[in-house]
Amino acid sequence: MIELKHLSKVFPTADGDFEALSDINLTIGDGDIFGIVGMSGAGKSTLVRCINLLERPTQGEVLIDGENLMDLSPARLRQTRRSISMIFQQFNLLMQRTCLKNICFPMEIAGVPAAEAKKRALEYLDIVGLPDKANAYPAQLSGGQKQRIAIARALASNPKVLLCDEATSALDPTTTRSILKLIQDINRRLGITVVVITHEMAVVEEICTHVAILDHGHMVETGTVEEVFSNPKTEAGRRLVFPEGARIDQFPVASVVRVVFNGGSSYEPLIASLAIDCGVKVNILGADTRNVNGKAFGSMLLGLPEDKSEAAKAMNYLRAQQDVSVEEVPDYHG
Amino acid sequence: MDKFLNQMMAALTEPAMQQEMLNGIWETLYSTAAATVLACLLGLILGVILVAGEKEGVRPLPGPLMKFINIVINILRSVPFLILMMMLLPVFKPLIGTSIGTPAAILPLVVAAAPFVARLVETSLREVDKGVIEAAQSMGCTPFQIIWKVILPESKPGLVAGFVTALITILGYGSMAGFIGGGGLGKIAINYGYNKYNYGVMFVAVVLIVILVQVFQTIGTKIAVSLDHRITDKGGKRRSKKETLGKIKENKNKSIPNGMR
Repeated sequence: MIELKHLSKVFPTADGDFEALSDINLTIGDGDIFGIVGMSGAGKSTLVRCINLLERPTQGEVLIDGENLMDLSPARLRQTRRSISMIFQQFNLLMQRTCLKNICFPMEIAGVPAAEAKKRALEYLDIVGLPDKANAYPAQLSGGQKQRIAIARALASNPKVLLCDEATSALDPTTTRSILKLIQDINRRLGITVVVITHEMAVVEEICTHVAILDHGHMVETGTVEEVFSNPKTEAGRRLVFPEGARIDQFPVASVVRVVFNGGSSYEPLIASLAIDCGVKVNILGADTRNVNGKAFGSMLLGLPEDKSEAAKAMNYLRAQQDVSVEEVPDYHG
Repeated sequence: MDKFLNQMMAALTEPAMQQEMLNGIWETLYSTAAATVLACLLGLILGVILVAGEKEGVRPLPGPLMKFINIVINILRSVPFLILMMMLLPVFKPLIGTSIGTPAAILPLVVAAAPFVARLVETSLREVDKGVIEAAQSMGCTPFQIIWKVILPESKPGLVAGFVTALITILGYGSMAGFIGGGGLGKIAINYGYNKYNYGVMFVAVVLIVILVQVFQTIGTKIAVSLDHRITDKGGKRRSKKETLGKIKENKNKSIPNGMR
């Protein structure tokens, strides 16, 4: 289990201190695939580097299975880092070593005998699906293949935790999906806890069980992916989950409501029923449905008519529906 | 003109002159080799300290110490080589027993060249991707392991290119050492050309130096390129010839430090 307690990180700059992270509290359970999302500059990369202390937090505690990394001696910290592997957006492979030697590297550092390291490295090459690339150099591989080698290298130290820092952001959508599948597979087969840093919501939808939203160094929301995605409670959360919501201020409407479908009901002709049953014309400003872990979730932004009684009628009708929640979106008004 | 050609012919055909030229080549080769090995070793150590010891390096050293090393390197690099050599000859005399001849020139050459090599090494080491170093840190590498297993191997092609530059610079410095009693082809060129106006012999000696430089540079560049697996084609994806050539060219430009071009 990873626990971050009252964690903050301040970078001194020429024009005063910059607080990259402030008072972060987070618990990541064993076996979770935990997504940390946020816009660029929200502090995601700093946060993930605080987990293995590549960045030393200015304040707070980093507990891995109850042990506070902040208290460890440099030697003990290096020891602990071997159980927390990391993969990167730019892969960061050793360019002058073959793939096999790259995978052997962490074992070499840990003092595993060369013959055994090689044997295990070949197994990991198999796991990531590149058994024929043992003697190739990273320069000869595609981006997706490089990331697979990086994942094999990350597994080589038998980690409990795998940190992924924008691991798929440099890859095309198809390759991204295959890498995510591999990560999910590793999580399920080897029981490794995965922390995924990303700015792409699609990545979270695809594999994460839990998610935290980071905004300007603050952790504004956290919970299961279902909770956060079906009903984001904060402005930052909505911006990430419904990025298209911003477009609606072009429409001349009286008030805007968000209708959220919580599994299953998103395929019923709700708006048509609304028009027929109540005789109220609503304006669909935006709609999005998603498939999250096999369940259908969706949301729709509706512009209600100016007439107050008609608007109230529509609201009542929507509120009466099962598996649908309705809320006003005041921040889009005017 | 006839005189010049006659002198050249004499330098190439007279047994005594031939012997002198062969001696010169030998002295040049061994003094250059010895000085290069020592200068590169010293320069490599200094270069590693410069990169690893800085504030953001893998093993930060006290700021004042780093400042001191930097200033000493800059001073040694800014004194003209011939003058530095003259200043150093008496310093090393007790150690070597003599201040003339080829062996006497080797240590001053090392002192003069090592700071230059240190800067070349520094440039190469700085080219190693920060992300790769970060990855190594995340795996629990000690600072020494990062230097020994990551930074140095990753910058090997650049280092080799730098050492070739050092070799050629030292060859040139060594020739100048002929002015103050050093041996080798440089001495021959200076003795005959400058002191005796025998330009034919001087020309032959200079041509021999040029040939040595060409040979070293060609072999050195070949080795540096063959060591670089960022552009390798061994056993992997096949590239078109044009693409490979382009990559090698691009890489040559990248891995050869400024001083060499």
